[in-house]
Amino acid sequence: MIPGSSLLVGAIFAVIVATTVAGALIAVLSTRIIRSVTGLALCCIGLAGLYFFLGSPFLALMEILIYVGAVCVTIVFGVMLSEPDEPQPRAFRGRELAWGTAAILVSAAVFLGAVRLAGRWTAPASAFSSQSAGALAFDRGRQSAEALAKADGSVRAIGISLLTTYSLPFELISLVLLVAILGALVIAHGGRSRQ
Amino acid sequence: MTPSLHNQAAVYLVVAAFLLAAGIYGLIRRRTFIGMLISGEIIFSAAALNVMALNRFAAPDPVVGQVFVLFIMGLAAAEVAITLSIIIAVYRNYRSIHSKEVSELEG
Repeated sequence: MIPGSSLLVGAIFAVIVATTVAGALIAVLSTRIIRSVTGLALCCIGLAGLYFFLGSPFLALMEILIYVGAVCVTIVFGVMLSEPDEPQPRAFRGRELAWGTAAILVSAAVFLGAVRLAGRWTAPASAFSSQSAGALAFDRGRQSAEALAKADGSVRAIGISLLTTYSLPFELISLVLLVAILGALVIAHGGRSRQ
Repeated sequence: MTPSLHNQAAVYLVVAAFLLAAGIYGLIRRRTFIGMLISGEIIFSAAALNVMALNRFAAPDPVVGQVFVLFIMGLAAAEVAITLSIIIAVYRNYRSIHSKEVSELEG
């Protein structure tokens, strides 16, 4: 192991988290809509890095392919076909400020109460290894899944479980995508003759 | 020894919560449909990141979360296609996609 490599990994992780947060802020706060599409793309690139750190390079690839490659480009086409520039956001009024402050205070109180109540909550790994009924059910599910696809989270295991355990949702997703394509065609084509 | 930062579930969960908060804020504050669509995509991403973090740190089978996130991505892509076609149809009829002006269905 190279000395200082953990420091490098930490720095890369910090850059990825900062990319995600900054992309989300740009996407939400900028007034020009094209900048906010760029922010969404930036956020998705950061999310791909987070998926990579979570041990799933396949999902990182899919995130870039679907979100940056398809969703953002489609939204850019939508921006070009309409005039979506935001009007200047008006300033908050006094009542809105009061309600917002009240909401923040209440949710902070609820959160602090939940943290206080859950103070003895143990780490998930130990919670799942304890011999409770839920953990037993999980173990049983794990064994049957392992019999199908050596559950290591690899692309091969994902493919096998997509075509065995999750074959019905897989087909349903393809049906949903087909219906979405047809519906988009019909809806976007409908008003065209009126011009 | 505490695990390094990228091996803690809390970091991912906090980032996901931040994405959710940013998405909801944008959904409320945005006044064009495309801006609201982008905020909705951020909310989808927050849910996906949450599922992936819990899949990595708490689930016994690491495949389930990835399949789930793949389905989320497919649904998000379908949603974007439908929403953009609706936006274009609305723009043809109203010459505007500002949510203030498209208010015929308002009660």
